Amino acid sequence: MSRLRERAGDFGLSEAEYDRCAELLGREPNQLEAALVGAMWSEHCGYKNSRALFSAFPTQAPWVLVGPGENAGLVDIGEGYAVAFKIESHNHPSAVEPVQGAATGVGGILRDIFAMGARPFALLDSLRFGPLKGRSRALLEGVVEGIALYGNAVGVPTVGGEIGVHPCYQDNPLVNVMALGLLRRDQLARGTVGEAGNLVVYVGSRTGRDGLGGAVFASGDLSGDHLTDRPAVQVGDPFLGKLLMEATLAATEQGLVAGVQDMGAAGLTSSVSEMADRAGLGVDLDLDLVPTREEGLSPLELMLSESQERMILVVRPERKEELLALLRHWDLDAAVIGRVAEHRRFRLHFGGKLVCDLPSDLLANAPRYVQEAAESPDVQALRAEEVALPLPDDLAAAWLQLLADPNVASKRPVFERFDHQVMTNTVVLPGEGDAAVLRIRGTQLAIAATTDCVAPWVYLDPRAGAAAAVAEAARNLVCVGAEPLAVTDCLNFGNPYRQEVYYQLREAVLGIAEACRQLGTPVTGGNVSLYNQSGEQAIYPTPTIGMIGVIRDVRARATLSFKRLGQRVGLLGKAEGQLGGSLYARAVHGREFGAPPPLDWDLERRLQGCLLELIRSGSVRTAHDLSEGGLAVALSEMAAASQLGCRLELEGDGQRADALLFGESHGAALIAVDPGEAEAVQRSCRAWELPLRWLGEVEGSAIRIGTGSWQVNLPVETLQAQLEAPFREALG
Amino acid sequence: MKAAVIQFPGSNCDRDATLALQSVGIASSLVWHGETEIGRADLVVLPGGFSYGDHLRSGAIAAHSPVMAAVSAHARRGGLVLGICNGFQILTEAGLLEGALLRNQGLHFLCRTVWLRAEGGVASPLTAGLEPGAVFSLPIAHNEGCYYADPEVLDRLEGEGQVALRYCDPAGGSGPLSNPNGSARSIAGLLNRAGNVFGLMPHPERACEPLLGSTSGYPLLAGIAQWALP
Repeated sequence: MSRLRERAGDFGLSEAEYDRCAELLGREPNQLEAALVGAMWSEHCGYKNSRALFSAFPTQAPWVLVGPGENAGLVDIGEGYAVAFKIESHNHPSAVEPVQGAATGVGGILRDIFAMGARPFALLDSLRFGPLKGRSRALLEGVVEGIALYGNAVGVPTVGGEIGVHPCYQDNPLVNVMALGLLRRDQLARGTVGEAGNLVVYVGSRTGRDGLGGAVFASGDLSGDHLTDRPAVQVGDPFLGKLLMEATLAATEQGLVAGVQDMGAAGLTSSVSEMADRAGLGVDLDLDLVPTREEGLSPLELMLSESQERMILVVRPERKEELLALLRHWDLDAAVIGRVAEHRRFRLHFGGKLVCDLPSDLLANAPRYVQEAAESPDVQALRAEEVALPLPDDLAAAWLQLLADPNVASKRPVFERFDHQVMTNTVVLPGEGDAAVLRIRGTQLAIAATTDCVAPWVYLDPRAGAAAAVAEAARNLVCVGAEPLAVTDCLNFGNPYRQEVYYQLREAVLGIAEACRQLGTPVTGGNVSLYNQSGEQAIYPTPTIGMIGVIRDVRARATLSFKRLGQRVGLLGKAEGQLGGSLYARAVHGREFGAPPPLDWDLERRLQGCLLELIRSGSVRTAHDLSEGGLAVALSEMAAASQLGCRLELEGDGQRADALLFGESHGAALIAVDPGEAEAVQRSCRAWELPLRWLGEVEGSAIRIGTGSWQVNLPVETLQAQLEAPFREALG
Repeated sequence: MKAAVIQFPGSNCDRDATLALQSVGIASSLVWHGETEIGRADLVVLPGGFSYGDHLRSGAIAAHSPVMAAVSAHARRGGLVLGICNGFQILTEAGLLEGALLRNQGLHFLCRTVWLRAEGGVASPLTAGLEPGAVFSLPIAHNEGCYYADPEVLDRLEGEGQVALRYCDPAGGSGPLSNPNGSARSIAGLLNRAGNVFGLMPHPERACEPLLGSTSGYPLLAGIAQWALP
């Protein structure tokens, strides 16, 4: 066989993949062709080890306008509007260069959104780091700076997200960015080349050597070598990104373009080949016409550069001049670099020669693999272990210890670095509610958005933990008064060629699929990030769930703060108070074991249905779900947000004090209502056959909670100081 | 009253400003930075954002945009000019207001709601809606909001009553703890001597609707609209 075949690994292809490529092509590929196929069949672009699993996802609902496979998912929100949304990872670049890695993560996801013709109106970030000292602290600082650098300048508010901290992310931090965009239903743009004869227009930043081979870089384990891999990381320019956004939106609004796609991973190669494949057509590109930053770029460099802030617009020949004039108005470089053709080939011309001639569908359709899966026996043993923990002598001390854990600590010092109000649509600011809420101007509608994943649960039980992430995301939306609509997922895992990792991936996908079916929220797209692994150490499986919901009347919504003294505090649903996989077991006892809290779908649906009804009717304006750290953390957050305390009496039911206070549950939420609304709440709960327990009242400036046999008193001031400290200290 | 909201490449509060002005009854049009005319505007608004990507220095390149000659001429004729956030930075770079805006003392972008005190002083249509001594809150969102001028200049500005807004605590007292960005003498907003040019770092346009949690920016903008009424 050829020398090229022996070097297939250099292009990210196995020998078997090389052979498959040659077979489909009917000849040996040349070096350029092999490199392009390698990039497109990489995990990052081709999803070769994950796509086969995705058939489990429910993807349809009457409100889903665009499902998986396009630049972003799109859902109908009524009144002629639709919301495009998607989450994407930028983990590998952020590990190497956190500022630019995170900044370009923001830029990339925004381009996916406005490529749909949707104006981005919200960003959320789901981040994971090792314990916040040394390198991880520096990574946090850099990632926050990068998000601020891009998001603030481009003028899209950063309204929510989450930060998780665990030693498993020490070498592999996670940076997942979700963006939402709004469009009139009739303004949808597609990632297609349209019809033969159309022109391919390159617009934006000139092509350089930056980000070369990024897709292949993101599809391998991170090793010491990669820390010197800086040329594989791209550099963002939010100013240019903003001009590109305004120009692209103006072009789609004016109906000037037949198709739009951003140049993300694998640059020009992925964008144009995917657009051609979706239309079942071919293209001829003249690489001599690609605007470049420097002389002497080879076809391979031109095709695989991941220079940021570039888009492909496809235009009908008669609208070309109009489009180019619009792009000039926005001070953008643009060039017609090719033409759409009937021949269904991806043909590249350089220096007057045909240098690449591949079938369009070869690049866009990576092979699909199913790997061997086997659960780690260690994890099986941990899950099966009986959760036996000593009862702490000092419950108040354990409580405060939980609040200072970065997983629950206040993220205010972080989100103060992000502009969360630009565009003047943010109704519920970061930290005020369980989800961000943004109004849709000119209507009574609002959109709520959240990202969620408790990775230690997924580690202990991948299927149940991933399902729990979906359930929690939906509950968070309901807690602000939104009806959950759809999901975008970011699947962060280790190396899929390891049996235990592939098992986690498969089970997590099945868990998400099951949860989405149970809750009626289809998956409309997302992203997969594998190889988050350094040597033997893989990250905990982290399937981040991004979910959006709609509030039909923005006036009927809820936040997590107590509203006034004298309100009654109630627990809706059933708090199981599980200590398996709990933050309490981890933070206070240093143990991660047991089974995460079980999901009762029937109870979960009744809880969400009832709470939504109560918020819509105006009876409930305060709601908060029980997540990590259980009742203690939830109450602390409610008290800190309102500067009001409460006096609560728990019924022991024979449960231990720590399980009551710190145990974790699904199917439950805390509410606070004016006394006059209590009757209405009771009526609704009876109708939904949902348990309701009044715990006490909003009172004073401390939380006083207990049963007949024990009591904890903590001033709100102390709780707040404890919650605020970790990130205030970490960010200096 | 008619307003021209100048749109620089990188402006990102231009639409927000237009909508807030509309809510107080001021009709406005967006004017692209490459224009050399601003039309028949009574009020020019330089909105917040990152004009020219903050390249070189915040506001430095925008101050030399073609449209700025027309804005300066408008100011010389006594026309009203309001610069918000990046607009304030552009006004100092263009020499329409004295001093400069440096990087925040904490060296980080800061987005939060702060307390402000209206100072009275120069009579100005642009601050007509603010009761002297009034304490109110507005959001800030900036990286370079640390106002700086030489001590003599500061003394003169204070003497002339040009300091229009100061950062303060909820009781109205100023000091290092209530100064979010290290601004000299806690200056948050500044007028020119004639009172027709006003720059401020806080964003009144973000606080004009109950739905968004605050209407404390409304009086400032409504005051401008009121003043113009016959």
